[in-house]
Amino acid sequence: MIEYQNIFTQVQVDAPDYPGVPIGKDEYNRVGGMTHSYWLGKFGDAQIGPIYLGPFGVLSLIFGFLAFEIIGLNMWASVNWDPIEFIRQLPWLALEPPPPQYGLSIPPLNDGGWWLLAGFFLTAAILLWWWRTFKLSQRLGMSNYLAWAFASAIWLYLVLGFFRPILMGSWSEAVPFGLFPHLDWTAAFSLRYGNLFYNPFHMLSIAFLYGSAVLFAMHGATILAVSRYGGDREIDQVTDIGTAGERSMLFWRWCMGFNASMESIHRWAWWFAVLTVITGGIGILLTGTVVENWYLWGVKHGIAPAYPVLDAMPVVDPQTLEANQ
Amino acid sequence: MKSFQLIKVAATIVIGSLLLTGCEKPPPESVQRGYRGTGMEQLANPDTLAEIVAANTMPEATPMLPATGPKAGEIYQNVQVLGDLSVGEFTRLMAAITEWVSPEEGCNYCHVNEGFHLDTKYTKKVARVMVAMTQQANSEWSAHTGGAEGPGVTCYTCHRGKNIPENVWAADPGGPHPPGVMTAEQNISSLASVYTSLPYDPFSPFLEDDKSIRVAGTTALPTGNRGSIKQTEWIYSLMMHFSDSLGVNCTHCHNSRAFYSWEESSPARVQAWHGIRMVRSMNNDYINATTDWLPDHRKGPLGDPLKVNCGTCHQGAYKPLLGKNMVKDYPNLARATLYQAPAAEPTTEPEPEMEMETDSSAEDATTVSMTNKTSSASASAGAY
Repeated sequence: MIEYQNIFTQVQVDAPDYPGVPIGKDEYNRVGGMTHSYWLGKFGDAQIGPIYLGPFGVLSLIFGFLAFEIIGLNMWASVNWDPIEFIRQLPWLALEPPPPQYGLSIPPLNDGGWWLLAGFFLTAAILLWWWRTFKLSQRLGMSNYLAWAFASAIWLYLVLGFFRPILMGSWSEAVPFGLFPHLDWTAAFSLRYGNLFYNPFHMLSIAFLYGSAVLFAMHGATILAVSRYGGDREIDQVTDIGTAGERSMLFWRWCMGFNASMESIHRWAWWFAVLTVITGGIGILLTGTVVENWYLWGVKHGIAPAYPVLDAMPVVDPQTLEANQ
Repeated sequence: MKSFQLIKVAATIVIGSLLLTGCEKPPPESVQRGYRGTGMEQLANPDTLAEIVAANTMPEATPMLPATGPKAGEIYQNVQVLGDLSVGEFTRLMAAITEWVSPEEGCNYCHVNEGFHLDTKYTKKVARVMVAMTQQANSEWSAHTGGAEGPGVTCYTCHRGKNIPENVWAADPGGPHPPGVMTAEQNISSLASVYTSLPYDPFSPFLEDDKSIRVAGTTALPTGNRGSIKQTEWIYSLMMHFSDSLGVNCTHCHNSRAFYSWEESSPARVQAWHGIRMVRSMNNDYINATTDWLPDHRKGPLGDPLKVNCGTCHQGAYKPLLGKNMVKDYPNLARATLYQAPAAEPTTEPEPEMEMETDSSAEDATTVSMTNKTSSASASAGAY
């Protein structure tokens, strides 16, 4: 009896080289031979290749490489081309957007221009890659769930680095390219606009983000748990439920009244993932453009509770005291 | 199969233990500092607290001497700041300063044998400015230091037996740059920003210049506040320095759900507000007045003197020396100073911060580089 008890694939289906279904006139874009790896088979499919590259894939990789190089070389320059410092400081290094005084104009290359250029190339690479997901779905006769999900993530990316800076009138509002620096940007963003936790779209985004993770774990565990009854044939069981589907549905119904079906669970998971970035993007776009202080907005709309001020420590802004003198 | 299981268990234990070495030993101590449920809590690790207590001991004060008798200014020459002390008081204070600041070098750290009145050594002139600065901190800035009532400050508060206090700062031009590359003045690991990637010289704009520290919106909807994210990062860096210097969380001063709100803040924030202005006065009216004659090895890379920030006095404690009253033994350091800064116009009145909503110049303040100093050093910005 085959059982699934750990994170590694227990069953390897190894077969002779198989190039996949024919895709018509794009056939020539499939390059490279086929090889099989037992150890990769522990993680996923044991067959590697052939690879579909195509003109959009190639262009996307070139643009992505250009962005990567611009960011990396600017980081390296910021430590005076010192290779040791480059490695040591790597998490701190960044390519910063232009200073605020440039507004939306094109800054000199060495004062934010490289950021704009890197952003252009990265965005081009991402959009080309999106087109690739769209076309590949078509070529394989699939519908476009993947492309639209990816587009949702691109929406959040464009809000952060393009739409919101334009609405605010300054490229400096955008996120720096860097590990710690983009996290510090995030914290500063919340501090500047009075606590993002009171932004209802931020709340929704967090709920969907954490919900996605939980749904993903619940679903993966459930399907692995009933695979001994053929539960891995999920799509068949949408219309022909079988004992595996029945057992997994009964489990969640009895466990917590969770009324999932073999189809609904996949739609929920898709919408949770997609709504994470859609709501997140809306929340960012509203910040600074139509809302100045999310905490005060929350007070105004009754979502931020008021706590009693402690009589023992009345605090008054000393600046206002001084102005009254 | 058995041995494989054993290896797995062993590996889990070893890796788990390694991960745990990054943690502080629980449990931390917490003190409630605001209304329940608001998270206004001060967290501290007992081991760290023990270290702080051990590091904040105070030397024994010698017995006080009478203020009667001939004055130091009548007996000795060139006593400009402490001339109205009795000879006994004066000598006692000189001995104390030697113990606090130059215990190894002794009197000769400042004085020369040819005559104790001579200003031959720069250290003697600095000492005069420093005594005046200490008196000013106690007499004018009692809202921050507690003044003559205590705890107050003495030379020892900062010096702790060292010629130069442990924590001082000078304008930071950042590391070397290739010609033509502008520095973002951040995104390098630095002690000043407490190892964040925030701007690495938060002191020049806020503790020497009086750039606005108020950036958060104070209205629900936009009303023209042009404070930028980058400006917020400069302020954030300064706040990291506050937190690190005092060994406290944000909630020592702020209610973290509304950082801007004074009504929800703790009284410590008002004390800090005065402290910021006190430090600005120390740096501008006293320390920068020594720039012309201070030797280069007491200056930073850009030629400005080593200056004061929160860490200079606090040294990791929420109150310097954990609030021990030291000034009571040296009341002469807590009275209004006789010293007149040669640089004229001593700004005792703190400058009010600019209002973000009303002041249109606030927009410019947010847009230009926050430190004027560093731009001169780093802007060899020509063609790239």
